[in-house]
Amino acid sequence: MKISAEQITAGYRSKTVLNGISIEVSSGEVFCLLGANGSGKTTLFKTILGLMRPTSGKICVDGEDISRWSRQRLAKTLGYVPQAHTPPFAYCVRDVVLMARSVHSGPFASPGKRDIAIADEALDRLSILCLAHQRYTELSGGERQLVLIARALAQQAQILVLDEPTSNLDFGNQMLVLRHVKELAESGLGLLMTTHFPDFAFLCASRVALMKKGRILAMNSPEKTLTQASLEEAYSTPLRVVDAGLGMRVVVPRMN
Amino acid sequence: MTLTADSELEASKVSPHADEAAPPRAWRTWPVFVALWAALLILTVFSLLYGRYRLPWMSWWKVFAEQDSTSLENIVLLQVRLPRVLAAILIGGGLSVSGAAFQGLFRNPMASPDILGAYAGAGFGASLGILLGYSIVGIQTLGLVGGLAAILLVWTLGSVATRMGGDPTLTLILVGIIVREAGMALIRLTEYVADPHGKLAAITFWLVGGLSAVTPHDLQFAAVPILVGVIPLLLLRWKLNVLSFGEEEARALGVNPWSIRVVIIVCSALISAAVVSIAGMVMWVGLVIPHFARMLVGANHKALLPASFLIGSGYLLLVDDCARGLFALEVPLGILTSLVGLPFFLYLVYRTRTERA
Repeated sequence: MKISAEQITAGYRSKTVLNGISIEVSSGEVFCLLGANGSGKTTLFKTILGLMRPTSGKICVDGEDISRWSRQRLAKTLGYVPQAHTPPFAYCVRDVVLMARSVHSGPFASPGKRDIAIADEALDRLSILCLAHQRYTELSGGERQLVLIARALAQQAQILVLDEPTSNLDFGNQMLVLRHVKELAESGLGLLMTTHFPDFAFLCASRVALMKKGRILAMNSPEKTLTQASLEEAYSTPLRVVDAGLGMRVVVPRMN
Repeated sequence: MTLTADSELEASKVSPHADEAAPPRAWRTWPVFVALWAALLILTVFSLLYGRYRLPWMSWWKVFAEQDSTSLENIVLLQVRLPRVLAAILIGGGLSVSGAAFQGLFRNPMASPDILGAYAGAGFGASLGILLGYSIVGIQTLGLVGGLAAILLVWTLGSVATRMGGDPTLTLILVGIIVREAGMALIRLTEYVADPHGKLAAITFWLVGGLSAVTPHDLQFAAVPILVGVIPLLLLRWKLNVLSFGEEEARALGVNPWSIRVVIIVCSALISAAVVSIAGMVMWVGLVIPHFARMLVGANHKALLPASFLIGSGYLLLVDDCARGLFALEVPLGILTSLVGLPFFLYLVYRTRTERA
């Protein structure tokens, strides 16, 4: 399966935020979206998820325009993983994951045994089945992020869209989430994620797009895209891309 | 580092509970529901037998066996107390269910139709109906329109104010107060222009409320709209969970938030109008009861809504028993629910403060 944004222009009222952006994400790959604050990453996300209409351009799944798709059909194809948040009520973890099953049932239906089995399987896949009966609001940020990924898995969408899944997490939990992201791509899902850290793109992405002011500066493999020149332009700060050995690259900022 | 060691490290990081062999047991709600049904049943029987005219336990049997509609037992039990008890059950349950639905809809544990002005709107619509000399159906229809207008006003003003920045809970409550006070001012206006010897008394008596004058006929006119309002809310209760995660997430999860919102708003306005028209301004039930229910069965609306109905029914039965039994003169129901509900509201305010600190 392949989702593609073709020549997307979008914005709010008079302000154009996206200016003719084209990207595509296929099953089995992690596509990383990098860019400074306000570069249009969130708007691109919302447009792809169908939460915002583009002023021009279209979103296609396997070549088919999705602008006329129903909410349900869209949700069965695309799963959204928001940043770990705190809902107003203390739902238990399994209930949070079960909410993804709404799309597979009628308007008045509640989840049944099969849905519970699917939810538990999704939790198990991320090794957090032991949290199933805990209160979601009492979990750590990293655990909550994993629960939200499990929810998108239970939705049985083919492409997952992750909004800064590593923000607000400590170092260990960031790596934990990235490892799971990589595993999910290896298992055949397509993942589109944003991050503020170029290092994370080096760690897990198969392809990267670097955005600035609603345009794409560069798009290719992490090694080809994230160079000193392109990153300095995207973030407007001096830095250096260093080879850390073992084939790993890291970005080191310079203070002067 | 080997692969197994790596994944072990992972597991220990994800959860401090990973060493427990089995996951902790699910929160079973059915014993709570058995207890709630039993409590409601006992309270119902008690409320039927309790009152100024003392009925022995056996009077039940007499009423059913003799079928004598002129006997004192029959009149007290079936004509006076049964409508009153059924009205209390429906009102308490309806208010609590719409309160729980409102809290999910506004994603805010401080929301309920009475706090957010739906009653004041319904009260204004209904008193306008009385002023214009409409029939009970006309009064209820105007009450429904007033309730709907108030909720839509709070919704619109609240979302505009929240978008401009600010604490959503505080904004919502402030907007609710504004709409409620506007409704109350309009109610006072209808009272001011009403004929002091006829309609003024009708409006006042009716807004203060109480179930002392409920007849089987009144019950009909309240029961239908309350049930019509409660049933869709109960059917949609699972989707309310999804809605409480917010607009965008609900849509991304494949749920259309608008259709559900419309159902909740219309149903709640219907319940509010029906309650105000039969019992007056019964405040604070819709805010307080869902919180009790949440303590017993958890946050999942699938269990929360039915539990709210049962607890609300029992609560209002109990309060109504107090209303008729505490003093020689009957205390209006709305006054008692406020006196009980307000301290609980204060407790909620303190609890949310300490949670934030």
